[in-house]
Amino acid sequence: MEKENSRRSFIKNMSLATFSALALSGCDTKALDEFLQENFKELSKKEKDRIIKNLEAKYKKQYGKDFHVSAKPAIDRTLFGYALDLSRCIGCRKCVYACVDENNQSRDPQIHWIQVLQMENEKGIDFAHSNIHYNPEEVPEDGHFYLPVACQQCRNPQCTTVCPTKATWTEPDGIVVVDYNWCIGCRYCMAACPYGARHFNWGEPTVPTEEMKTELHYLGNRPRKKGVVEKCTFCIQRAREGKYPSCVEVCPVGARKFGNLLDPESEIRYILENKRVLILKEELNTQPKFYYFFGI
Amino acid sequence: MKHKKYRNKTATIIVMTFTMLLFFSCHETDSDFDNNEIQKVYVEKKADKNIEYATEAPPLGDDFPCSACHDYREPNPKRRELVEWHDEIVAMFHHDSENRWCLDCHDLVQRDSLRLASGKLLSFKESYKLCGQCHGDKLRDWKVGIHGKRKGFWNGEKEYLLCVHCHNPHSPKFQKLKPEPPPEVVEN
Repeated sequence: MEKENSRRSFIKNMSLATFSALALSGCDTKALDEFLQENFKELSKKEKDRIIKNLEAKYKKQYGKDFHVSAKPAIDRTLFGYALDLSRCIGCRKCVYACVDENNQSRDPQIHWIQVLQMENEKGIDFAHSNIHYNPEEVPEDGHFYLPVACQQCRNPQCTTVCPTKATWTEPDGIVVVDYNWCIGCRYCMAACPYGARHFNWGEPTVPTEEMKTELHYLGNRPRKKGVVEKCTFCIQRAREGKYPSCVEVCPVGARKFGNLLDPESEIRYILENKRVLILKEELNTQPKFYYFFGI
Repeated sequence: MKHKKYRNKTATIIVMTFTMLLFFSCHETDSDFDNNEIQKVYVEKKADKNIEYATEAPPLGDDFPCSACHDYREPNPKRRELVEWHDEIVAMFHHDSENRWCLDCHDLVQRDSLRLASGKLLSFKESYKLCGQCHGDKLRDWKVGIHGKRKGFWNGEKEYLLCVHCHNPHSPKFQKLKPEPPPEVVEN
């Protein structure tokens, strides 16, 4: 006891306190607030409102236009599922860029939440021999098929269990989300994800002001910062308003289907009950809610 | 000591009773809640089922209405190669062209109508019924929103596209597309 109250420890503590105070005084109060902010799951309605107001003001100052940030919770009795028709996809990558546009992904360094894998008909689904850099004059190319991959929204996600700060979790409607304020950029989740669906902001993300989408969700397409991980959220800002994700609406061949797995009348349930369906890497027991099917 | 022992026992019994009450009451209300909610959602959903709209047919071009010209011409039901008029359609026609020609889908007399094999006339807004004569499996999938594209709300109003919005009825196979640029190669 005596040792702990020694003059030496007093001086040590005082210098630490001075340093900390100096470091923190470099920030303004809002930055300090943001730094000390609770995990999104633990915030009260009042705290969320305050944070969102601050964010909207911050984005307005940064980009010079009005933003609307939503913190809308999951809709009751909803579990989102997605299905992609492998016999229709032609590999045009329109979904990739519609997603970049809707979700404010960094243009430089480039981040794409959707990767379109070109595969050979003869080899079937073979990740080792797939190619994401195909660039012919026209698609589809003979002898090939295309398999777009984004977050598989697993029921048993490995990415969330490894997160040391609980910055990523599954929402009640099944969407796996990231609280960018709590992400420390350790990239454990990226190592854990068997689908390569998580992406890291290696540099300060850049999005041209005129292309910046202004309808945002706290857990989705709000601007990110350097050093955080991001991923597909089924366009949470659209899905929770009842809309289809962007990739569904842009697909020129109608290969992408989305809906509520708990609704027996939904398109997604019809597919699961009537079509030949597969999931990726079934043997890993990740139990994706992203299904692939053969429409023909 | 004796008092203390009794007190302990009574406390244990009270705690256990509370726990059991709590457990059973939770369980019951939970399941009641579930059933009600599920029924409600499905009833609403069923009521919503009719709010799906077929969109207007895509523009039919300068040739429409067909009657503008055909009303002044003698109808000729004989199958033949068109040379003077509609030769651009003949040139690109690729839809079982060996066995089919104009009057398999267009009506000879009512020129502004389509015609089913049964003889029933259809407006251009209902062209999907004509396609469905041969492509029944596609029509079935289209009706439930699996074939083709839907826009709008996954839990509400949806907009269908007609077959002819995406497929040229005279040459329905999809044309190839120039793909968007591939992702940048990251250099280490």
